[in-house]
Amino acid sequence: MTSLLDPMTAADGAEPPARDQRTSRVSLWLMLWRDKLAAFAALTLTIVALIALVGPVFLGDVANDQDLLRAKQPPFSLDDGWLYVLGTDSLGRSMVVQLVLGARTTFSIAVPAVLVALVIGSVVGMWAGYHRGWRETVAMRTADVLLSFPSLLLAVVVLYVFSPSAANIVLVLVITRIPVYLRTARAEAAELQSRTFVDAARTFGAPPTAIIGRHVFPIILPTLLTVATLEFCSVTLAEASLSFLGIGIQPPGVSWGLMVSEGQPYLSTAWWLSMFPGVAIVITTLSATILAAWVRIATDPDQRWRLAVPRRGRRRTPLEVPA
Amino acid sequence: MFRYVRRRAMTSVLLLLFVLLGVFALARMTGDPTSLYLPESATPAQREAFAEINGFNDPLLVQAYDYIRGFLHLDFGTSLRTGESALTMVLQAFPATLQLAVTTMAIAIFLAIVIGSWAAYRPNSLADRLASVLSMTAASVPDFWLAISGIWIFAIVLGILPTSGTDDGLLSWVLPVATLTIGRLGVLVQVVRGAMISALSAPSVRLARSVGAGNVRVVTHHALRNAAAPTLTVAGDLAVGMINGAVIVESIFGWPGIGKLMIDAVISRDYAVLQAAVLLTAVAIFVLNIVIDICYALLDARVREPAKI
Repeated sequence: MTSLLDPMTAADGAEPPARDQRTSRVSLWLMLWRDKLAAFAALTLTIVALIALVGPVFLGDVANDQDLLRAKQPPFSLDDGWLYVLGTDSLGRSMVVQLVLGARTTFSIAVPAVLVALVIGSVVGMWAGYHRGWRETVAMRTADVLLSFPSLLLAVVVLYVFSPSAANIVLVLVITRIPVYLRTARAEAAELQSRTFVDAARTFGAPPTAIIGRHVFPIILPTLLTVATLEFCSVTLAEASLSFLGIGIQPPGVSWGLMVSEGQPYLSTAWWLSMFPGVAIVITTLSATILAAWVRIATDPDQRWRLAVPRRGRRRTPLEVPA
Repeated sequence: MFRYVRRRAMTSVLLLLFVLLGVFALARMTGDPTSLYLPESATPAQREAFAEINGFNDPLLVQAYDYIRGFLHLDFGTSLRTGESALTMVLQAFPATLQLAVTTMAIAIFLAIVIGSWAAYRPNSLADRLASVLSMTAASVPDFWLAISGIWIFAIVLGILPTSGTDDGLLSWVLPVATLTIGRLGVLVQVVRGAMISALSAPSVRLARSVGAGNVRVVTHHALRNAAAPTLTVAGDLAVGMINGAVIVESIFGWPGIGKLMIDAVISRDYAVLQAAVLLTAVAIFVLNIVIDICYALLDARVREPAKI
């Protein structure tokens, strides 16, 4: 999945214009607003995150309301109030409530997994790339080994041996995703450490940690954030897959992947049990993918002009933009 | 070139050792291995007897030695569920997964080259935008949900395809192969498109054009060759990751392959089979990695003389 969006950066066949002074003054928010698709993706992701954060607080005690008499009520009917607009599951629980709880699970696993892997991977990667030599070799070989082994297989083995708790799922996801950040940070740091400004800092006696922290890290950060956005998508998919296979979140916990799996036996009588959680997963992951494509362009000084120039200008030759 | 392949092969050997030791360490890390191998209902006397027979009471180094010797002799123990040799079970399951993987990759690579080249030929055209959005969507949809949606639409609502199993000949191939193909196709289209866009603006292609080569010839003879290397890299990664998809798709469609075997082994807590399946998958990946690297080196002269790292 790492190289998922690499090609998106490819030039659209046009050369970037001479450095546009105006560009730097256009704020990121305005740029996001101008790219309607990315803005929509960001908005969707924010809404899902908010629902995950505050939704369960509002729902409180309704969450576990079971009513077997009302099991598998079809969706899109307001007879029982808005809570049941998406129907009920096989135990008569509201699908809306279950989906909200699933959102919380998704975020409470994906966010820590992405952040921990981001921190560990980029620190080790920068360290390896800055120092080069044996440190680089060891780090890269380890990353190669981890990356060339199917992540799900590792998760299956680890979760077989240890109990499949939320913490263990995060652990497995962190281990399998660290190499992605490690490779990115290593490549950029290795390139940066030969630049003049790093040389200058070294000449003035700055210790490696200070150089990495003050001179290398700020330059790599945008790239790492892009990767992290995309990784949010992979991690969400991985958690859903594990839960679907029965080695992730365990009942009575709620996860979108688990919901799809629990709905599978009722596919012919109650399609919504599997379909709605699946749609929730796709909405979340697709938003993250689209947003990552935007972040990648927006944080790249050579590509940013594409977002800063008004649409009409973009259609014509970009070279007409005032320099 | 041989230096390159040798260096990459070293990584693969390292991977194999890692997996070998990892599986051994994991099995011992839980404390009492008998609780891992035996069902939860086993009595203490049964546990003790099992530990004695399998040498769990020996020193750790002796156990590690026996374990590696067992691996080299292809002795993975017997399945607790069926009593068959774990190796036999895995080897029987392997061809089914291999067929699925080869078919899927062949279709995905072919379609990705056609769609990706077409999109790259006119960047920002309607076709290109459509291909981009669709490929992003395809890459974001979870395999398992795609499979279930496929079953719901084509097997339950329309009733034209079987829900699972392999008894219906070609028809039973459609859903598993389609499910696996779509996700990989999404990723590959983006790679081919990106690689083709840069390849089509390369000086060599401009020269070919100025000399009067036709559009089709430019794409197929000049640009595609240069776009092949990045495509191969990603296709290789996807092929290795295919086992991820196979685990899910096989367990949904009841496909008798290695993925289903592994999940069944996890659910019935059959450690010998899981271990054999994981180790043999690692061997398969080891071979695959070397084949990919050789192809890669043959294709791209720059790779044969590697830069630092």
